[in-house]
Amino acid sequence: MSDKVLEVKDLEVDFSTLNGTVHAIRDVSFDLNKGETLALVGESGSGKSVTVRSVIQLYAKNAKVTNGEITFHGKNLLELSPKEMDKIRGKDISMIFQDPMTSLDPTMTIGKQVAEPLLVHHDTSEKEAMKRAQEVLKLVGIPNAKERMHNYPHQFSGGQRQRIVIAMAIIDNPEILIADEPTTALDVTVQAQIISLLKDLQKKIGTSIIFITHDLGVVAGIADRVAVMYAGKIIEYGTTDEIYYDPKHPYTWGLLDSMPTLGLEGKRLKAIPGTPANLIDPPKGDAFAPRSEYAMKIDERLQPPFFKVTDTHYAATWLLDPKAPKVTPPASIQERYNQYQKLRGENDG
Amino acid sequence: MTKYILKRLFYLVLTLLIIASITFFMMKGLPGTPYTNQNKMSPTQLAALNQKYGFNKPLFEQYLMYMNNLVHGDLGTSFQFNNEPVTQLIGDHIGPSMQLGLQAMILGSLLGIVFGSIAAIKKNTWIDSLTTIVSILGLSIPSFVLAVLLQYYLGYKLHWFPVALWHGFSSSILPTLALAAFPLASIARYMRTEMVDVLNSDYIELAKAKGDASWQVIVKHALRNSLIPIITVVGPMAVTIMTGSMVVESIFSIPGIGDQFVQSILTNDYPTIMGLTLFYSFLMVVVILIVDILYGIIDPRIRLGKGGKA
Repeated sequence: MSDKVLEVKDLEVDFSTLNGTVHAIRDVSFDLNKGETLALVGESGSGKSVTVRSVIQLYAKNAKVTNGEITFHGKNLLELSPKEMDKIRGKDISMIFQDPMTSLDPTMTIGKQVAEPLLVHHDTSEKEAMKRAQEVLKLVGIPNAKERMHNYPHQFSGGQRQRIVIAMAIIDNPEILIADEPTTALDVTVQAQIISLLKDLQKKIGTSIIFITHDLGVVAGIADRVAVMYAGKIIEYGTTDEIYYDPKHPYTWGLLDSMPTLGLEGKRLKAIPGTPANLIDPPKGDAFAPRSEYAMKIDERLQPPFFKVTDTHYAATWLLDPKAPKVTPPASIQERYNQYQKLRGENDG
Repeated sequence: MTKYILKRLFYLVLTLLIIASITFFMMKGLPGTPYTNQNKMSPTQLAALNQKYGFNKPLFEQYLMYMNNLVHGDLGTSFQFNNEPVTQLIGDHIGPSMQLGLQAMILGSLLGIVFGSIAAIKKNTWIDSLTTIVSILGLSIPSFVLAVLLQYYLGYKLHWFPVALWHGFSSSILPTLALAAFPLASIARYMRTEMVDVLNSDYIELAKAKGDASWQVIVKHALRNSLIPIITVVGPMAVTIMTGSMVVESIFSIPGIGDQFVQSILTNDYPTIMGLTLFYSFLMVVVILIVDILYGIIDPRIRLGKGGKA
């Protein structure tokens, strides 16, 4: 499990806008291990999409990587020429987008669209590529793949279209699959189907997945590890269990509390007060401090470093500093921890 | 598909009959009579015409007679152009007009699509600004001004092409250029707007994510999708250019059809007015039919027949 397929180090991305330079990604580092699923979680504008788009270098023209390294097979992707990058996209690293209704070319049969990565990257004959496309369409659960591959996107439902997009992404057995909110535009029952499809495929082809979402409920079903992003930074990361049941960062607490859970009937959902930080002029200290009821003086002045919780779990909050006053997390978070301990106890016994 | 085309052909005939009827009554409402020129005609001619068209008879009867002749393929004889049958008159003069129109449309559309696409791909660069300026010039300079300029510089001064008249392909070049400016400029504008939209769409991003190089993205995905709205504009524009080249034709002394049309209206040459109106309408309706069929070929979402769900 510890084979690293991707290493992102000290990544910084700026956007130049009319209002000034937006520091969208501020010093983000993470690894992706072979065969694992890493979830990037955070609210809109936290920088999750920009982070992964930097990996395959598909971002707006006004974006600029100002610092960092993205290492894939010993090569820094940020130093590759556009041509070399074309060779990696769709072959070694492929991507699934948010809205399946608009991400397929309306004037091309889906068979051809699915076969395209093979034709672009290899000397495959069109016939072979189409044959493979049919297999993959079958694999992602398109019924009557043989006939349907001659259909056009408008002849499929949203869920089916997302399956087709997934087929395209996996046809060349990529090492890394980036899924940018692949279930957000789908209704809940279809969401579950797509998640289980992704998990299935991962088992079959052994790909690593970076899964982006703002929905912690979706994460639990698919991720091995979770990284929580806020204001262009990763503020906490750990295994899915650690993030769900023993979170340390006040922002993660807020995120978990704003998610509906089974025991919640009749109670109001909690929202995180305030609005996300302005990234044109990012705060000097902890960007979440102005919205946090646990903020301390130091949060305004100094960026918190990562404090180690376990070997796999780190959180960037001054609350974990030995000199910080002992803070008890909200009751709901403690409840999560207790339930988890109970569950573990039952399982062990 | 065959059934659809048959149905459309039926409507096409119906449309033409309706246009013929409306034009007939509107034309009869024009002030004056064809007999303004009667001094120049012999009494036998007048008698023959009177008998054939029955101008003394009630309007509605005249209408029925005309329609009857029309259905039998008889468009009548022109009153002024040497008493030529209208069908022959059109046949003799339509060649140069159609050739000029087609050449201008093909040149204009191709260059318009290329320039528009390049402007979109190089959005907000000097290339984009340059094509914008050229387009605005092409749209705002009237074709007759351009025609005279081309004639003077490329014909008279440089002797590259014949100054006027209609002798072979080389004499069609200058009028074609003059006529092509408008379609080129307007198609380039439409194409740029459309292509900018398409290049921002999700499926283009997905194509890039699949590893398509930039040119592959343009050729395989962007071009076809950008063309869909362009077809709508191109069809009617083609008819206008093919039929409306009168001024350019007269500048280059080309024996086209434009001159006859204007003359026929000025002299109440009823059969020629009717014949040419019907001919233009026929062109327009056929082009619209072709546009609709092309739509289906380029955009599968509106394809007819089996397989199409919506």
